[in-house]
Formats: sequence, structure tokens, C-alpha cells
Amino acid sequence: MAEATGQGTLAADLAARIDSLPALVNGDPWLVHRGRFVDVELLVEIGGAAHYLTIEHGSVVALARGPRPLRSWRFALRAGEAAWRRFWQEMPEPHYHDLFAMAKRGELSIEGDLQPFMANLLYFKDLLAAPRRQAREG
Amino acid sequence: MAATIDPILGRYVHVSLGGRPHRIYFEEAGQGIPLVCLHTAGADGRQFRHLMTDAAVTAHFRVLAFDLPWHGKSTPPEGWQREEYRLTTRGYTEAIRSFCAALELAKPVVLGCSIGGRIVLNLAIEHGGEFRALIGLESADYQAPWYDTDWLHRPDVHGGEVCAGLVSGMMAPQSPEASRWETLWQYMQSGPGVFKGDLHFYRVDGDLRGKVGAIDTARCPLFLLTGEYDFSCTPEDTARTARQIAGAETVVMEKLGHFPMSENPAQFRRYLLPVLERIRARQ
Repeated sequence: MAEATGQGTLAADLAARIDSLPALVNGDPWLVHRGRFVDVELLVEIGGAAHYLTIEHGSVVALARGPRPLRSWRFALRAGEAAWRRFWQEMPEPHYHDLFAMAKRGELSIEGDLQPFMANLLYFKDLLAAPRRQAREG
Repeated sequence: MAATIDPILGRYVHVSLGGRPHRIYFEEAGQGIPLVCLHTAGADGRQFRHLMTDAAVTAHFRVLAFDLPWHGKSTPPEGWQREEYRLTTRGYTEAIRSFCAALELAKPVVLGCSIGGRIVLNLAIEHGGEFRALIGLESADYQAPWYDTDWLHRPDVHGGEVCAGLVSGMMAPQSPEASRWETLWQYMQSGPGVFKGDLHFYRVDGDLRGKVGAIDTARCPLFLLTGEYDFSCTPEDTARTARQIAGAETVVMEKLGHFPMSENPAQFRRYLLPVLERIRARQ
């Protein structure tokens, strides 16, 4: 099962992971509170599939998949499908348990204006790891 | 009901470092062979509180942990407000040896983690005869940098939050949540620029590549223990270092990361106790 994205396809398991992210974040009042100063648009690329996350006051208000020509973003995280799949395991293995671990290995690139990312690092780490809970609950 | 009080005593010792007076905070517990514990960059001696309350350790070892200058409850030297803190190999080595001399510790064991793991290699190279044994946790002669340390000290990023955010992923996901967050709390409390200043030693000044081959483990045994989830100092970094040191012993610790003594004390003691036992048996 794969979903057409306009730039190749996205495997169904990864689509389920990223699609679970907004509800998992928004359903965690403390995570939203920690991100209460965050208003940003970021790009998460899974293989060739672009995902634009719009965050307002710590809540994920929109997730748009697929190419959006000329759409701007503040910062981007890009990794291949295999890397995200390992990152989103319920109990990730060494080198895939953390964004910076993957970046150090050259499997994740973090680009753009990183000030909002670094200023809210614990928030963004938990936000991007949230789909692990989807892995647990299926 | 009697109160629960940890058998840890904290005091201050006055020493001269780099020709300047310093007031150094240290804690200790237990009796026997002195075991001096060195905290990680941007942290303090609280990381060793579990070791100090472990009767299996304190029955045979006098466990001591001091806060480096600028860290924890050690006061920065007078005039600190007009200088940038930077840890150096020379200054770090002097601090450890001065602490041991001031407390008249006879042939102590030194256990250091991260920057502490790096400096024990330098102690082994330059002063191996002064120590009964050396234990490096998350220790290597060099590690590749993985971020720009300018993020650690600037006005538009909260220093405590970003320090904690950077190290949060260096712990194993299996470590108990409470222990992981206690470890991060300590990172949130270090002074502005202190973590960055420690990393000057770790990344620039303390590069020991090409030097560790001089270590004589017959004179001073060397044990290197590294957590499998440590991506900053990986088990491969430690193995590469150990291959250059005849007689160095390495252990890869499962389900542990860069902060074994504080992120999962129960898991860590399974690896440390046999090492301490061997050091005792060697006397």
C-alpha cells in the first residue's frame, strides 16, 4: 500500500505515522504548553514526500502532504523512508533514537533558519517523536 | 518516623588553580579506596548521587565528586564576569590533581564520564603512577563534533533549555523517565556558557589522537565503559581508542547512553561493580 504524493509514493506505514502526528501532539496538553511560543511552518520530508506542518501556539493546525510549489518554510528536516521508519519504531535502536543521532550519521538533514528549532528543541524533539506512540497503539 | 537522609556529606575545599584561589564544592560518602568521580560537561557532581548511596560501593570505596570551577556549587574565580570560560587539558588536569592533593587522597581511583572520560586518558598518559586505576565512561581520544556550540550561549535561545535539548537524545530510550529528566534538570541549571566552555576542551584542546599509545596499563589499569546508545562517544569511538592502548579493557553497556550513572543507575551498577571488584582484588 502506498499513497501517491506527486513525487513518487509514500509507504502506507509512514503515511500513518506522519498523519498521526497532529492529533498526538494536540492531544498532549503539556507538549502544547511547552510549545506555546511556537508559531512556525516547517517542512518534513520523508523520502521524496513533502509534509508542511503549520504550528500555532504549540498546536499543529495543518498538515499538508505533497508538492506545494513556491511554498515557504522556516526550517526543514529531510530523511529517507528507511531512516524515518527506524526513528518511529516503538523502541528505536541506537543511532535512530534521536534526531541529532540520525543527523550525525548523515541520515537526516536539518536546514533553514534553525533559531525556532533550537530555541524550542525539547518541544520539537517530542513533536517529531510523537508518531512512536502511533507505532505502539497501531 | 525517622527521616530518610542520604549518607552524603558536602563541603568546600580551597585550592589554587591557575594561580587563582578557588572554592571547590565536593560531596563524599563511604570509606576505603578513594574513588574520585568526574561529572560531564555542563553538569555537576550530583550525577553521582546514586553511586554514593549504593552500599555495595561505599562499603569499600570512599566516593568523592567535586564540581569543577564554574559548575554546580563551586564558585567561579574572582573576575569571572570579564572573561569567557574555557576548559583546557592543562587546567582540567591541574584541578583533579590539586583536589586529590588537597584531600591527601592516597593513590585514588578516578572515574570520569564524557569530558571526564577524556581527561582520565590524559591522566593515564601524563600521571598514571599517581592512580590506582582509571575508569573512563563514554571515553575516547576524540569524537567528531555534531553541532555548532554557538547555539549554547546566545540571548535568543535559552541556555538551560537548549543544553538539555541537545543532550536529551544521548540517553537510552529504555532509561527510566524520572532519571532521564533528573539528568536534564541538571543541564538546565548550568551557568551561561559553561557547557560551551567545557566543549572547548572536548573538541579543540583535548584532542588526544596519536597520544594514547603511551598509556601503560601495567602501571595503572584502564577500564573504558561506553553505552550502546551514546551517539556522541560511540562504542566504536571507544573501541578505536582502546585498540591503541595495550591492556585497556572495554565494555559496551547495553540499554545505556552518555550518562550511565544518572540516566539508569540500576543498569549501570551491573557493569561498574565487577570493575570495582577487580580493582579491589588487585591491591
